[in-house]
Amino acid sequence: MSSEHVVPKKKKMGKLERNRVIMSWTFVIIPTIFIVLFYFYPMIQAFWISLHTGAGINLNFTGLDNYRRLFNDQAFIRAMTNTFIFLIFQIPLMIILALMFSVLLNQKTLKYKGIFRTIVFLPAITSLVAYSLVFRYLFANNGIVNQILMFINLIDSPILWLGNPFWARVLIIIAITWRWTGYNMIFYLSALQNVDPGIYEAARMDGANAVQQFFKITIPMLRPVILFTSITSTIGTLQLFDEPMNLTGGGPGNATTTLSQYIYNLSFEYTPNFGYAAAVSYSIVVFVIILSVIQFRVGRERK
Amino acid sequence: MKQNLAMKKFFMYFFLIITSIMFFFPFYFLVVSITNASVDITRGRLLPGTHFMENFRTMLETTILTRSVWNSTIISISQTFLSIFISSLAGYGFEVHKSRGKEVIYNIILLSMMIPFAALMVPLFRLFGTISGLAPGLGIDTLFGVILPYVSTAFLVFFFRQNTKMFPKELLEAGRMDGLSELGLFLKIYIPTMKTTYAAAGIVTFMGAWNNYLWPLVILQSPRNYTVPLVISAMGSGYTIDYGSVMIAIFFTTIPTAIIFFVLQKHFVAGMVGSIK
Repeated sequence: MSSEHVVPKKKKMGKLERNRVIMSWTFVIIPTIFIVLFYFYPMIQAFWISLHTGAGINLNFTGLDNYRRLFNDQAFIRAMTNTFIFLIFQIPLMIILALMFSVLLNQKTLKYKGIFRTIVFLPAITSLVAYSLVFRYLFANNGIVNQILMFINLIDSPILWLGNPFWARVLIIIAITWRWTGYNMIFYLSALQNVDPGIYEAARMDGANAVQQFFKITIPMLRPVILFTSITSTIGTLQLFDEPMNLTGGGPGNATTTLSQYIYNLSFEYTPNFGYAAAVSYSIVVFVIILSVIQFRVGRERK
Repeated sequence: MKQNLAMKKFFMYFFLIITSIMFFFPFYFLVVSITNASVDITRGRLLPGTHFMENFRTMLETTILTRSVWNSTIISISQTFLSIFISSLAGYGFEVHKSRGKEVIYNIILLSMMIPFAALMVPLFRLFGTISGLAPGLGIDTLFGVILPYVSTAFLVFFFRQNTKMFPKELLEAGRMDGLSELGLFLKIYIPTMKTTYAAAGIVTFMGAWNNYLWPLVILQSPRNYTVPLVISAMGSGYTIDYGSVMIAIFFTTIPTAIIFFVLQKHFVAGMVGSIK
């Protein structure tokens, strides 16, 4: 045994060990090839395509023309505005709701916790297409939601959820919030379980009320998780597609068309213009990067 | 003070009950609707009806739907097994045999998480056009084409690597003594030990595959290859909609994910949350 220790390490790594290292590289390389082929290569190709114009596969080089066109394209500006409206209103609403649920459901004295938690989480198991359609029927002009709102005298005449630009956007926000609040709540709940209850105990002794505890303890403790969920939600919302497609059809007019949907339309619905669609898609990449960096900065600085 | 506490409790339950009703209402409406006629569904009838068998029969007779359940099952199951196997190879390789070169590759892989799928739609479609020319069975309008972009994802690689940090590496030493090759170690020791990680990753992947909409919509062209979300979307947004059969189709195609959730709840939550630990 002891004689082996004298042998320099390099030599000890004989053929067998070298084989293991080669195998471990193979393990890493195989998945990497797929990721390069299906993510990085298309991404680079998209940039190349975005410098071209033409219908279908007949592409001509135009340089940055497609990017210049973005600034004057009303449909693009509309889709971008819609996407950002959803982003600005829906994500904070959902995160606050999810935080409220997680704090309430984390209380030891609360009864029927499991039932409440399951109900709030349940939407997260539905497919985006399926729930969008159910919501479309729920919120139809003569649908049940309008009937209920009229029954409890909140409104006099039915709200045209699908026919009015403002209400169509509200509907999309309601729908996404319903689908994702429970999903985000689970992250907060599991993070709260790691928070030492003694901290709350001490705060209560110092006379902090529930609201103060929420802002002074819960939110700072959950900051990393909130950061994580807000970045994933932002990336998700920037790619919003299934809901406007199936719930509102992007309408009325283009009131709920999103960037993803616009790219889809440019590529597969209208006369295919892959070059311009690729330019639009790069705008999403830029937004994802900018917003992630901002959120990361904000999330870290305050700590 | 005591009264104050009672008030607080009252508001807490009041809030939870009201919001729970709101969150549960769409499910109630869905379940009730599968027993109602189309007219009643559009009228928002909230009581059970007598049209369940009729809706059920229409659903079974919609061959494009039954066919799509078969397609989605094949796609989801093969995508799940392929992607957790291939991605876990990387999780093992990165964490068990660390090296500086691998760290560079790992960080590049993580970058791909920032690439939104919407941006890949056009070039991927063109790439699969090329693949169609070389191997028609893997290209556009094939079930395999739906799976291919997901056989290895940054998320799963990351997920497996994170969980491998908890893997007891002494087990590998014992295996090496027994003369197992690296692949042998992976298959005979790593996979069995990491069962719960595989379960969690498998559930998340299966749910994503079963519900995936945009990529199948882009790459599948003939209705006989459609997946469930494509068929439901088509059924639910035509000019003449049979609401009863749409609702019952939604109901039955949500059951697999509901079963997974209720039976494997623990693994499911682990699969979601495990990635941020």
